[in-house]
Amino acid sequence: MKELVRVTINGEARELAVAPYRSLLDVLRNEAGLTGTKKGCDVGDCGACTVLLDGDPVNACLVLGVEVKGRRITTIEGLQPAPDRLHPLQENFIKYGGAQCGFCTPGVIMMAKALLDENPDPTEAEIRFGLAGNICRCTGYTKIVEAIQATARQLGGGKRGA
Amino acid sequence: MIRFEYFEPATLAEAVALLGRCDGNAAVLAGGTDLLVEIREHIRRPAYVVNIKQIPGMEELSYDAARGLRFGALVTSRAIELSPVVQEKYPGLAQAVRELGSIQVRHRATVVGNICRASPSADTLPPLIADGAAARIYGPAGERVVALEEFFTGPGRTVLKTDELVTEITVPPPPPRTGKIYIKHGRRKAMELATVGVAVSLTLAGDSCGEVRIVLGAVAPTPIRARQAEALLRGQVVAADRIASAAQAAMAEARPIGNVRASAEYRREMAEVLTRRALEQALEAAR
Repeated sequence: MKELVRVTINGEARELAVAPYRSLLDVLRNEAGLTGTKKGCDVGDCGACTVLLDGDPVNACLVLGVEVKGRRITTIEGLQPAPDRLHPLQENFIKYGGAQCGFCTPGVIMMAKALLDENPDPTEAEIRFGLAGNICRCTGYTKIVEAIQATARQLGGGKRGA
Repeated sequence: MIRFEYFEPATLAEAVALLGRCDGNAAVLAGGTDLLVEIREHIRRPAYVVNIKQIPGMEELSYDAARGLRFGALVTSRAIELSPVVQEKYPGLAQAVRELGSIQVRHRATVVGNICRASPSADTLPPLIADGAAARIYGPAGERVVALEEFFTGPGRTVLKTDELVTEITVPPPPPRTGKIYIKHGRRKAMELATVGVAVSLTLAGDSCGEVRIVLGAVAPTPIRARQAEALLRGQVVAADRIASAAQAAMAEARPIGNVRASAEYRREMAEVLTRRALEQALEAAR
């Protein structure tokens, strides 16, 4: 039996018919048509499906779609300030080579967004601690950390990392 | 994912009545970070999932000097991690939640869920038992309170009946001159299950050790008190040789299994090493 779920996704009010045993990740990718959020492990280990739920980073695979009634979700598609403009995190991931194969990138960027929202001036150790739940097999993390540090500087924090 | 029926009870009474009717075929959903994985991997096949997150009154975390710390069943491990009073008064628990899963997991996972899941390697159990915590349990017959030390009966098993819920955890205030430490040992720093976990809560009385609790995780079917090790310390002036004897006693009390994460022999040896380190650090913190 499907339930009608009213939820705000990337600022837009949506009504989705959702089976109770369907994960938020599957709901976002299928019912909502937002395939930017990736499915890696589907058991909360890899972080590729990280989205913001009322501003908090969560693994969308570990949330049921029916649990988000009345909540606010931000996915990678909602990060751009305008259709033709990228978020500074996205620009810096390009500039610093923080994305290679790109599969982990939406999750890493959403986690980085949550990290900078909470702590605009993180140390490298704080960035690495924050990214513990995001697995990247390409970059070795160095370029990811550099991209996040550059974004922190650009957004006005990042004094310690400078 | 297997198909289950889904319920969102609005009150505790409604929830336990529902759990009673489901007759053991229901799974309680709080954070869901263990349950949804177990359903997806076919380790559990509940016919019904009962989400308790709509029940009011279980989201509070509070502290007062007389009664200590209280937190409800819906308080996330991230909220515990970021709580200044937990960091200040219960550093063992603070350390344990810091090392539980990832930040994403901790934003969902509740500490009460970690308790009710009753994994022998669960990180929050040793420090909470060392802190003397108790669980408030709600069921059809009313409320009861069980010391966390008495709560676990085996791997994944507790004293909870299928129609009971843990609503709140209470932790007494730490006495003055108390050191609390949790050390987790794993193969890597993050996203890891404990190979061995050791929690110590040690209170100094004059120059001697007063009350002390040593709790070992991941070396028995449930977390265990190392009571012989504790007895070697209580009332004694704690010096290096005393700590070494207590650590050896703790190793003798450990009865680990060997599995993919570590052999039984290795776990036993690490129980000694970590007990020694935890006692040294707790003593230092208590001074």
